Formats: sequence, C-alpha cells, structure tokens
Amino acid sequence: MIHGRRSQFSPIAHLGEATLRFVGDTGAMFLFLAEASVRIFSSLGQFHKMVRQVYFIGVKSISVITLIGLFTGMVIGLQMHYALSKFGAEGFLGAAVALSLVRELGPVLTAIMITGRAGSSMTAEIGVMRITEQVDALRVMDINPIGYLVSPKLAASIICFPILTAFFDLVGMAGGYLTGVLLLGGNEGVYFYRIQAYMKMSDVSGGFIKSLVFAVVVCTVSCFMGYYTHTRRDAVGPEAVSQATTAGVVTSCILILLADYILTSLLF
Amino acid sequence: MARDKTPDILLEGLTVGYGKTAVVSGIDAVLPGGKISVILGGSGCGKSTLLKHILMLHPPLAGRIMIGSHDLNKLDRRGKHCLRQRMGVLFQDGALLGSLSLGDNVALPLREHTRMDEKTIRERVLDKLALVGLDEFYDYYPNELSGGMRKRAGLARGMVMDPPLLFCDEPTSGLDPVTAAELDQLLLELKKSFDMTMVVVSHDLDSMRAIADHVVVLGDGRVLFNGLRDELEATTDDYLRRFLDRQAAARTSPRLTMPALDFNVMKRDCSKYLGEV
Repeated sequence: MIHGRRSQFSPIAHLGEATLRFVGDTGAMFLFLAEASVRIFSSLGQFHKMVRQVYFIGVKSISVITLIGLFTGMVIGLQMHYALSKFGAEGFLGAAVALSLVRELGPVLTAIMITGRAGSSMTAEIGVMRITEQVDALRVMDINPIGYLVSPKLAASIICFPILTAFFDLVGMAGGYLTGVLLLGGNEGVYFYRIQAYMKMSDVSGGFIKSLVFAVVVCTVSCFMGYYTHTRRDAVGPEAVSQATTAGVVTSCILILLADYILTSLLF
Repeated sequence: MARDKTPDILLEGLTVGYGKTAVVSGIDAVLPGGKISVILGGSGCGKSTLLKHILMLHPPLAGRIMIGSHDLNKLDRRGKHCLRQRMGVLFQDGALLGSLSLGDNVALPLREHTRMDEKTIRERVLDKLALVGLDEFYDYYPNELSGGMRKRAGLARGMVMDPPLLFCDEPTSGLDPVTAAELDQLLLELKKSFDMTMVVVSHDLDSMRAIADHVVVLGDGRVLFNGLRDELEATTDDYLRRFLDRQAAARTSPRLTMPALDFNVMKRDCSKYLGEV
C-alpha cells in the first residue's frame, strides 16, 4: 500500500501515466476517425444531415472568412510592398501576396478561424448531449452516435474547408490589390500578371491538400473532445463541457500548425 | 420462463459498477414479464447504474443478465442491435435531442430502423404523442416544453417502436404530485394495453405503491429486498421499514448544536436597508 502511494506520486510514475494516456487517446482518436469515416456512407439519411452541417460550417463561416481574408491580404500587401521596395521589386507584389496566401496563410488561417467558429460549437454540442444523456439515448435506440453526430460533420468539413480556403485566398488577393495597387499606387496589370505568371498548379493543389488534412484534424479533434467529455478528470458536468471546448480548440490549433509544417516539408 | 412478447429479465450473480469499482454486488433477481418491476433505493445506491447495465450501456463486472432467453454476455453485436430495437427507454429528463422538434424526436427510431414512408411515420408519431397527450406539440422543440411534458415526450419516443420492454429512469422525479400521478396512471394503462415488461427506477414511494407489481430494493451496495410489493409493505426489516415509513435515521444534527451566525461578520450591513429582519 505504502509502495503504491509512493509510486503514485513519483515523477516517473506521472510521466508513465501521461505517456500511456497520450498513446491511448491517440489510438482512440484514430479509431474514432475510422468509424466516423466509414459511417459517412452508412445510409441515405446521412446526406440530409450533411447538408445541414455544410450550411453551419460553410455558409455561416463566410462572413468571418471574408473579413479575416481581406485584412490578411491588406496587411501582406502593405508589408510586402515595404520589403520589396527595398530591392526595387514592387512589381512582384502580386506573386508574393498570392503565393503566401495560397501555399500557407490561406489554409492555416481558414482552419484556425473555422476551429474557433465551428469546431468549438461541435465540441460543445456533443459535450452537452453527452452530459444530458442524449448520446446514451441514441445508443439505446440502436442509433450509432458517432455515425449520427460525427460523420455528417466530418463529411461537411471535408467539403467546406477547401472551398472556404479558396474563398479566403481570393479575398486575400483582393485585399493585397487594395493596399498594393489602389493605396500605394502599384501597377494593376503587373499585379495580376505576376500572380498568373508565378502561381503553379502545385501551389494550388498543395494548399488544397492542406485544407483537406486540416478539415479532418479539426473535425476529429473537436468531436472527439465533445464525445468523451464525461471521461474528463479535470471537471464534471457543464465545467467539463467548457474544458473540453477549450481543449478542443487548443489541440486543433496546435495540430494544424504541426501538420502544416509536415505537409509543407513534404509537398513543396 | 421466456415469453416472446413479454420477456422476463433475469439478473444472476450480477455486479455492476464503473471501471473496477463495484457499485452494487451480488444481484440475483427475476423481473417478471408483463409486470411492472420497480427498482427502489436511496439516492446514489446504484439504481440508475443497474439500469444502464441492463440497457447494455456498460458491461457487467460479474454475473449475467438474461432478457428472455438471451444472455447479454453471449449475444453478438447484431443480436444486441436487434434487442435494443425491442427496448423502449425513458431517461430521467427525457433525453430528447435538443436540435429536433418533438415530432422528429419521436420519429427518429422509425426513420432509422424502418422502411415506413413519411406519411405513415407522421401518423404513427401523432398516435404516440396523442397517447401521452402531446399531439398538439408536434412542431415544438424540447426547450419549449415543461419537465413533465419532456418526460411524456420521452415516453412517446420509447413507445414508438411498440417494444415489449420499457425502461423508465426516475419517471416522476421533479414533477408535482398531480403530474407524477398522471404519469403513473399512464404507465399502468400502457402495461394493461400493450402487455409490456416494465422496469422503473425510482425513489418515489407513492409512485412505487401506485404501479409496482414487483420490487427490488437496493442499498449498501447490495439487494436488500426482492419480491412482491405486498411482501415489501409487510416487511419487519428495520432499514426497509424506516425507508417505507420515511423515517430519518436517528442522529444529532450538528446544525442544532452550532451557535447561530453572528451577523457582525457579514460584509454588507443589511440592517441599514431592511431594518431588523
């Protein structure tokens, strides 16, 4: 008993416990993703639920994506114009803005924005359903909760993330045009010509692949955190939902940046 | 023992709990088919835990549960799916899905498990909602209903597949006496009309006296009583008598021996605003 208590408080035991929990959670998350993926195609009824989620994740995010995309593009336009003018290369502003957005900032910032807007609400929704026995109710009605709650969200995320990313990129380029051309007097024709000349298909497809990966990451992490709200050790009830929501957003953001680094290394 | 329509539920050497922690051990009982069995006990004694194990939400730590001729430990995945479709459940607060209207909530099992067309589903849902007096609330959302209405809606959802087994978790808790009595009456009518096996988890003695044919009393992590309601009423066991007669355990309340709160310790002097209250 005394031996047990000692080992419970030793740092090595804590480290071991944390490692085991991390490995267990990672495995559980992959199984969760696998089940959600398979159940996307489980019935025709999934289509109707998916359309609702496309509206929630996609359509309702357009305003925030427009706003963030516009200001991001405007800031890049200003900063790049300053940097390029040092070398007398203002003419490359269009290419610099477009490549930064399409290859890097578009997918990452879109994913982070959707994590804050839709990912947090996915976690909270499923978390509240968990603590109010709605998930148990689905199980006793022989309705798979992962198929019912998570699969439509996953399918909708896979559809919405690339579209919103493309929209972000376009609005961002327009923002760069506003500052680089209209405000600072750059040449309009050169701005768009450089975008066309320097942008390759691999840049676009790289950004597209990134957005797909981020969609899977954000949806899986957000739904997983909500689904297992009741197993949290740090809180119970409504506090557990809030902790799960915070953990979902933080973990999603970290994984987005981690995945971004790995994908950038592999793709470009 | 097993009848096709109204199966018995057999609990044999059953230990239920979470993880490695046993909540109730050594449960041996038969909940008879076609009757209302009430699982009774104080708060936190493991009533709902036992119910969740019977509903296959958690595996038992030891022992077995038989529903009709089916041993839940031996039933394969598909068998469990099919058995769940023959069970109706009323959760403590109804557990209706907040994003769906009442009609859609009740229709959910039909849409998921049957090939009925929408017109037939709607008619059937309206029938079940009429059964619990909520047919006018088809398009309402759960947050627009009172606690009693949510429970009745949960009952309609539990009944929509015409299951031979109905489980109710604290159906009368949090309801006023009239609404609680109405719900009890409804359960009796359902048993009479549909010949169902019902298991009701409750700590409401009035409700137990109104509906129970068979009673299982839990306490101290074990079964304290298992038998007919009349046998329970006639018991001479001290604990059960206190429970049934609603007598508090003899104890010296520390509240009565503590000095009263000195109002000088209050941060705000309310006597300025209220005078001496």
